[in-house]
Amino acid sequence: MQRIKTMETRDLKKSVIVGGCGECQTSCQSACKTSCGVANQPCENTQK
Amino acid sequence: MIHQYKNNGYNIVLDTASGSIHAVDEVAYDIISMYESKTTEEIVTTILDKYQDQPDVTKEEILVCLEDIAYLKENGKLFTEDDYEDLANKYKFNSNVIKAMCLHVAHTCNLNCSYCFAAQGKYHESNVSCALMSFDVGKQAFDFLVANSGTRVNLEVDFFGGEPLMDWKVVKELVAYARTLEPIHNKKFRFTLTTNGVLIDDDVIEFANKEMHNVVLSLDGRKEVHDHLRKTISGGGSYDLIVPKFKKFVEARNGQGYYMRGTFTHNNVDFTKDIFHMADLGFTELSMEPVVCDPADPYALTEEDMPKLFEQYEILAKEMIRRKKAGNGFTFYHYTIDLSNGPCVYKRITGCGSGTEYMAVTPWGELFPCHQFVGDNAYSLGNIWDGVKNTAAQEEFRSCNAYARKECKECWARLYCSGGCAANAYHATGNINGIYEYGCELFKKRIECAIMMKVADET
Repeated sequence: MQRIKTMETRDLKKSVIVGGCGECQTSCQSACKTSCGVANQPCENTQK
Repeated sequence: MIHQYKNNGYNIVLDTASGSIHAVDEVAYDIISMYESKTTEEIVTTILDKYQDQPDVTKEEILVCLEDIAYLKENGKLFTEDDYEDLANKYKFNSNVIKAMCLHVAHTCNLNCSYCFAAQGKYHESNVSCALMSFDVGKQAFDFLVANSGTRVNLEVDFFGGEPLMDWKVVKELVAYARTLEPIHNKKFRFTLTTNGVLIDDDVIEFANKEMHNVVLSLDGRKEVHDHLRKTISGGGSYDLIVPKFKKFVEARNGQGYYMRGTFTHNNVDFTKDIFHMADLGFTELSMEPVVCDPADPYALTEEDMPKLFEQYEILAKEMIRRKKAGNGFTFYHYTIDLSNGPCVYKRITGCGSGTEYMAVTPWGELFPCHQFVGDNAYSLGNIWDGVKNTAAQEEFRSCNAYARKECKECWARLYCSGGCAANAYHATGNINGIYEYGCELFKKRIECAIMMKVADET
């Protein structure tokens, strides 16, 4: 596409099927302790 | 829902429900903004009129761009419908697993920081001067966590306080105990140590570097900024005491698995100078958080600070891009974003997990939804021997998710914050399902900058 560059991202719709294992880090546990961000945590599902 | 914004010369379009991100030129940016509300004819006329000075913007070009947008929509990358709300409720109400614990091993501190949300380690118990967790209480906390963790393998425990190094012997004993549980129960513990650094010595460094997955080291940046609020008990500054220790600690860790974590306040709205100071000291894993305090406190952030903070986040992003290119880059916690291997939608919709999969444990074994609720009797959940007894409070937390508030349902960032911090909402509005607007605005700005940096990396 000439005017649109689409970044490589995880398809969240598809993750409905393969996600939800719960092995990833708890949102607040790493550094912030005073806010909630989830996008910076890597997926730890080894079965996806 | 889509979100369009311009940052650092980039035109960016986010598709909320699919997680797709598009970097587009000006023409496509304008066409996308009209795509759902105008006819093809109206779009063509508007674009031709706006870009009449640009010969490459023809009717044919505009129609090609419209086809591209239609293709992205058909393939679930633009204007994707969000149908996750039911999933958020079902997923959380079907799970009783606890997988993370904030272990308050010491409700006491050897610093006297003015802005401490933990009230210098005493939390709300102003009549309690010092409380240290015993090994027996800690051991029971680990048994409680393992017993309630279901089939989860990865379990996290943060040694927190107050200042956890004031109960260091117990921390070491608890880590040793937890390691014995791993093969028996098929668990893997990841430990975090959050410390002000005063008591770091060779023993702490050696043990922590062997056992702690992550260490969080509290430093506010420039000496004068740090010393203004992070004082010793005798009232002196703590910068000179801790910085050499932090340097030695991080060097011994080979610069891995740590965060230098600062807090900025109304006193240092120019907080990027503090981040750059930390980077110039040689630290590369950095985190800087807005102060959480009563709006009446003299150092509380104000409405007037907000545009300045926005500007600071943009300065930070640009400088990080520059330093990365120059070969002396650093990471900022809130700008670390994993686009291709980031969290699945369940993680993104179910909230932070406080009160359900994450709990704080006091030195005497009482359970609270998270460290920020410790000492608030209304939110005492139970204890590590009898489990959760205050099920009404727990259900309140179970209902927290990315769709719990009308404002979140209409917000493009809901799958990046998962509905935000319940404690911030509670302290700002008196309700864990309230909206801490100030925090939301800063959060959205940070995400915009983080995504811009990814776009800059790849275009």
